[in-house]
Amino acid sequence: MASNSVSTTEELHQSKKTRKSKIEKSENLVGLLFVSPMLLGISVIVLFPIVATFILAFADWKFVTGIDQLQWIGFDNFIALTNDEKFIKSVINNAIFIFTVPITMICALFLAIIIDKNVYLKSYFKVAFFMPYISSVVAIAVVWQVLFHPSQGPINQVLMTLGIENPPTWISDPNFALISLMIIHIWISIGFSLIVYIAGLQSIPKELYEAADIDGANSWYKFRNITFPLISPTSFFLLITGIIASFKVFDLIAVLTEGGPLNSTTMLVWHLYERAFLDLDVGYASAIAVVLFLFVFSITIIQWIGQKKWVNY
Amino acid sequence: MQRQRKWDPKKIISTIILFFCSIAFLLPFIWMLSTSLKIEADVFKYPIEWIPSRWNAVSNYQEVWFGDHPFYLYYWNSIKVAVCTTLISVVVSSLAAYGFSKVRFPAGAWLFMIVLATYMVPPQASLVPQFILYRYLGLFDTHIGLILLGSFSVLGTFMLRQFFIGIHNDFIDAAKIDGAGHWRIFWRIALPIVRPAVATYAILRFIWTWNDYQNPLIFLRTDALYTIQLAMQKFTTINGSFYTLIMAAAVSAILPLLIVFILGQKHVIDGIALGGVKG
Repeated sequence: MASNSVSTTEELHQSKKTRKSKIEKSENLVGLLFVSPMLLGISVIVLFPIVATFILAFADWKFVTGIDQLQWIGFDNFIALTNDEKFIKSVINNAIFIFTVPITMICALFLAIIIDKNVYLKSYFKVAFFMPYISSVVAIAVVWQVLFHPSQGPINQVLMTLGIENPPTWISDPNFALISLMIIHIWISIGFSLIVYIAGLQSIPKELYEAADIDGANSWYKFRNITFPLISPTSFFLLITGIIASFKVFDLIAVLTEGGPLNSTTMLVWHLYERAFLDLDVGYASAIAVVLFLFVFSITIIQWIGQKKWVNY
Repeated sequence: MQRQRKWDPKKIISTIILFFCSIAFLLPFIWMLSTSLKIEADVFKYPIEWIPSRWNAVSNYQEVWFGDHPFYLYYWNSIKVAVCTTLISVVVSSLAAYGFSKVRFPAGAWLFMIVLATYMVPPQASLVPQFILYRYLGLFDTHIGLILLGSFSVLGTFMLRQFFIGIHNDFIDAAKIDGAGHWRIFWRIALPIVRPAVATYAILRFIWTWNDYQNPLIFLRTDALYTIQLAMQKFTTINGSFYTLIMAAAVSAILPLLIVFILGQKHVIDGIALGGVKG
């Protein structure tokens, strides 16, 4: 009798277990079904190509010659990169271009503070400053190309009226071309940072400002001791996404300068594009892609660590 | 009875100052629009004629839309690509987002890590093998290929997942007890709840696809398949110094987006704000 009852509980236990694992199994299958289109797509379109990039970086292969002409050459592509003036120029230009990020952020924060507190027509201003961000870069670039026209463009005509005799020729001047691109890039990016900053400002508790008002604090004091520290997570987010976005700038270069004049506006992505799709040099372009990947990867790692360490939540 | 509104003079002054800032910001657009309405000889007239003295709008736009490089064709291509990409991307992303948040399966956690990890890959880093792969698969120079490139969005999956997580699990469990399967729960309960987030993502995806220049440049060759951005660039190269035509083309390229943006303004701005604050 006793043994019988033990066996029934055991049986019960057993059947419960199998039932549970059955449910788990079906959950597993259902889960996989839900995520499989995404996984499949990502594997084919991102994972496989990025692995291939790392492999092809060690090969010498012109795409037009067929796969049997492919030769493995070890680190030769990377060694060649260190002697490639255009590549070095690209890295330097990418580094300079990063300055657009803090400038964009300062302008955006300034505008955001005014829009958040002190103006009527808030939504008009949001839309107005956001317009360049949603507009197509190609169309915008074409407009700026004409605005920057050396002799007849509106910008230089205004400068000449203001008494500047020899205004820069902007995108056709090697000394000014990169700066011109940076100006346009800042103009495009401000809207995005502005919207994010306004949202950040709205999440700061009003009581803090009221308390400071009672203590008789002035605006600058309030900005330095309340707004600035409490907005730092937002600033950090904008800094990182901004830097990563600055590495991806392609359309502006492709439409306006094609890396010129005299390589003054070449950047990693543009150099990669030229080597891959104009010279069809697969191996070399892949080596550039690996470098690009490593740059963006290390910034992402900094973001990971930084989010935990440097940001006052 | 009219409510008396208190006008704060300080606020009025900063509104006026900011208004001039915003005008300066919008000037390139205003210049673009006004130039597209002029005759060629007046383009560089100085001082700038913001309102054209001699109008040529009809013939400019006619040339852009129905001339040698008819924009209606490229418009149709762009609409096709942007709409299909948006649809597929929304379906794929919301399915995956639901799977990663509401179906509790052991493999889910690390599969999600893999998906997130691919977000670190700059799109240009995988461009060359993508191109080679497309040549072999016969997807090169097709709209389907272009659509597929934009259809698997990590960002969309991540964003929608955040919203699915916000749905209380009791909701899901209650539905399960009533005998509903995950598919039914997804379709009937979860998806309707996160509809605003789906709308935000759809609008953003549409805008990004419409504006994309790099992928069409690399993955399309045939002129008849060109999207509006490629056509815009080609049109500029061909028409060199016909600035009125180029500006009419630019207005045409930006206008649909502006309409989408103004219609979905709140969704777009809220979505970006939310993504930014959450990080």
